[in-house]
Amino acid sequence: MAGILFAGCSSADALDAERQRELTYLVRQDCGSCHGMTLKGGLGGALLPENLVDLDSEGIASIILDGVSGKPMPPWQGQLSNEEALWIAEHLKKGFPQ
Amino acid sequence: MKRRDFLKSTALGLGMATALAPAPGSACPGGLRGTGDLALIVERANGSVLIVDTTAHKVVHRVEGLGDLSHASAVYSRDERYAYIFGRDGGLTKLDILEGAIVKRVLQAGNAIGGAISDDGRLVAVSNYKPGGVRVFDAATLDPVADIPATFGEGKRSKTVGLVDAPGRRFVFTLYDASEIWIADFSSGAEPRMTRFTGIGDLPYDALITGDGRHYIAGLFGEDGLTHIDLWADAPAPRRILSGYGKGEKKLPVYKMPHLEGWALAGGKFLLPAVGRHELLVLDAASFKEAGRVGVHGQPVFAVARPDGRQVWVNFAHPLNDTIQVVDIPSLTVVHEFKPGPAALHMEFAPRGAEVWLSVRDRDEVHVYDARSFAKLSVLPAQKPSGIFMTARAHRIGL
Ligand code: HEC
Repeated sequence: MAGILFAGCSSADALDAERQRELTYLVRQDCGSCHGMTLKGGLGGALLPENLVDLDSEGIASIILDGVSGKPMPPWQGQLSNEEALWIAEHLKKGFPQ
Repeated sequence: MKRRDFLKSTALGLGMATALAPAPGSACPGGLRGTGDLALIVERANGSVLIVDTTAHKVVHRVEGLGDLSHASAVYSRDERYAYIFGRDGGLTKLDILEGAIVKRVLQAGNAIGGAISDDGRLVAVSNYKPGGVRVFDAATLDPVADIPATFGEGKRSKTVGLVDAPGRRFVFTLYDASEIWIADFSSGAEPRMTRFTGIGDLPYDALITGDGRHYIAGLFGEDGLTHIDLWADAPAPRRILSGYGKGEKKLPVYKMPHLEGWALAGGKFLLPAVGRHELLVLDAASFKEAGRVGVHGQPVFAVARPDGRQVWVNFAHPLNDTIQVVDIPSLTVVHEFKPGPAALHMEFAPRGAEVWLSVRDRDEVHVYDARSFAKLSVLPAQKPSGIFMTARAHRIGL
């Protein structure tokens, strides 16, 4: 499992193509149920690069893993590894793939 | 059939409609048909909808060009010919479901979450996140009638949720950021008379109205409980119900917000999804006191009653969304469980409960089940299907 081998590594590029496709689908569909499929926002705010300028990738990854206490943003720890959360964060900052 | 041909040619310019394998008795040239057994299925990823014949189990039309349909929903005109579809991107589309053609489409806001049609069928209201508030349109023309910004505090605007129609040309909705419930009463014309209730509870995320139009219930994310307003009262007022249902325990993560629109009133009891607990809450419909719990497979999203009220079908949030459970009301026990496939997102009963239509998003399929034997009757291909809306909703309060 790439997630175990590379845990603690700062770059998230080591995820294989198949897992990257799954994560892309998860973000569009399942994060999309609260943030919109186009990530332009819903109950949760927009997650486009211009909305995330104040947050670095590590900060975004930790929001994804820990959630926002008292708000509907759930913690994804247990569903996503550190490396996967970081991969999502980096790609949200760049403009998320379709 | 001249008129029909004329409509078809004008419609072509407005939206792309593809007639797919016309079902027996469907709107093919030379044939007349009713719309009472038609349904609309949202294809969320492509901005398209399917019109299906629920008797023949066939797709009649696919209509494209409806924008971002994540979380899209629909209501119907009184004659069950037109559907109004509310898209995530603020698009409001009026669709002729017989012709499979867009009649009119407006982008009325930047980000929206559903809508409602007034009891007289003349006003369509849309609930908006951005800019927060409710906009109301003429159902015939989609011309704007009223704009109700959901203002609170110092110049802030709240997202609105839980928008429903109520008898007497009223709309009721809830302000997520402001913890308020508002009633917009259009009984005396285009200028609504507003009633506001404040402090209704922390982070209300959705609401329902009962089929008699009497009770409005809002679910709260930020508190253990729900808020209820009896609209029949001389002076309606919000009061908390089921307070402390979480017993102070830590919430489980909620990967998809439950919906109250699919609320189930069955055998004198409401079954409502708990938030952050793998339970349905049972509420006595007369006293509004807790009447039990039903432990279920995951975080419930929809709990939908079979129209006779004997059973309730439940689906679940990610990552347990491949499963459906059926709860028997008299015994409050799970009597059936099955796995239709990944992302079983939405269920719709035929109006008198014979069949259930179910979207299985990640399989790109819509399944039809016999609601009593649970036998799978048909599988229809659909692209990332989500909401299913049968035309019988036209004649139900709050749908
Ligand atoms: C059940 C609804 C829900 C789901 C599902 C959800 N979020 Fe959120 N998210 C929210 C809400 C609501 C907020 C805003 C919290 C607040 O009020 O501070 C939020 C906030 C965020 C933020 C912080 C944004 C900012 O500008 O501060 C990020 C990043 C984020 N979510 C990413 C994700 C990702 C990635 C996923 C999927 C893996 C996801 N969310 C799934 C509801 C959700």
